[in-house]
Amino acid sequence: MIGQLITSFFATAGIGIIFNIPKKALVNCGIVGMVGWFIYVVLFENHFDPVIATLISAFFIAIMSQYYAKKYKMPVIIFSVAGMIPLVPGGMAYYAMRKFVENDYNEALQLAAKAFMLSGAIAVGIILSEVLNQTIKKINKNP
Amino acid sequence: MEPGKETYEVMELCLLAGKIMLQNGAETYRVEDTMERIAGYYNIGRPHSYVTPTGIIFSLDGVVPAKLIRIANRNTDLHKVTAANSISRKITNGELTSKEAYKQLQELEKQDLSYPFVIQLLAASISSGCFVIMFMGGWHDFLPALLCGGLGFTCFVYIHKLVEVKFFAEFLAAFVIGLAAFSLKAWGAGHEADKIIIGSVMPLVPGLLITNAVRDLMSGHLVSGLSKGADAFLTASAIGTGIAVVFSIF
Repeated sequence: MIGQLITSFFATAGIGIIFNIPKKALVNCGIVGMVGWFIYVVLFENHFDPVIATLISAFFIAIMSQYYAKKYKMPVIIFSVAGMIPLVPGGMAYYAMRKFVENDYNEALQLAAKAFMLSGAIAVGIILSEVLNQTIKKINKNP
Repeated sequence: MEPGKETYEVMELCLLAGKIMLQNGAETYRVEDTMERIAGYYNIGRPHSYVTPTGIIFSLDGVVPAKLIRIANRNTDLHKVTAANSISRKITNGELTSKEAYKQLQELEKQDLSYPFVIQLLAASISSGCFVIMFMGGWHDFLPALLCGGLGFTCFVYIHKLVEVKFFAEFLAAFVIGLAAFSLKAWGAGHEADKIIIGSVMPLVPGLLITNAVRDLMSGHLVSGLSKGADAFLTASAIGTGIAVVFSIF
């Protein structure tokens, strides 16, 4: 588990460098990625469906990014984009591709559908956090 | 009323800020918001903007004719987005005059803020290695993934410099990664070629496009959202095809 935490921190910070995120935001970026991955792994190990785990994890990543964005007065994507990368169903898409090449279309379509669902879950996670953020803003404005 | 010189200046200022942000990977919503805020601060006409990934149309209602600029090259440089964002904040807080701001933006456009290539390469390799561990691979595959990821990233950057077509660079980079992973496995250096490939491919994944597409669609920028989604899909297909070609060889 500690290995997972450390690697997820460095993986997301590394992706941050590729996206050329400013130096002072890199550590926060890594933390966002680490927490997001931690939530995903814990849910996954407790036999949650991967789609739900991805959704909840994406939700928390987006929430944390919004918090950091407000705190450091920087755009939200700076923090959220690298954190989302580990959730992208790269493995699933890979195996789907592999089955397609092996002419095993039944298996391939199943895997592709799962990969599609997982990407959808990331999207819904982002949307939910955005909706929550806007609702809180509105409630704060006219209580 | 004849529009004064200042009106044109404000318009150029808005367009330059928008252009820098859009070129370097900001969401459509943020680009429009920034331009409208700057125009709103100077209080000249009602600003209207139409932003797509390939161009910006901007007009100040009833004051000057609309202006269009074309965005030919797009890349990912979130540092520039942040810098342009803070300049626009300074304008709306009254800390910068329009002339100063325009000068700063022009300098920003020319600057190269990206990390040195060696550091980018190091980051890509280390994150490739780390992804292998995150996707339940063994530590014995850490180094092979480090190698493959670095190789793939180098390939992508150099081929992209050589050929303008981004999808081809991604395709070839994925192909090289697959080839390297299978060769390492054949030599006995790597254990699970699958995990090595998945880890090494992750730095190429179009993460920014996917998040931006979702955020654009959500805020009602349907054209931008769909076209960014198509871009992300094509990128993913290019990577997938590169790997698929390797499979069909082995």
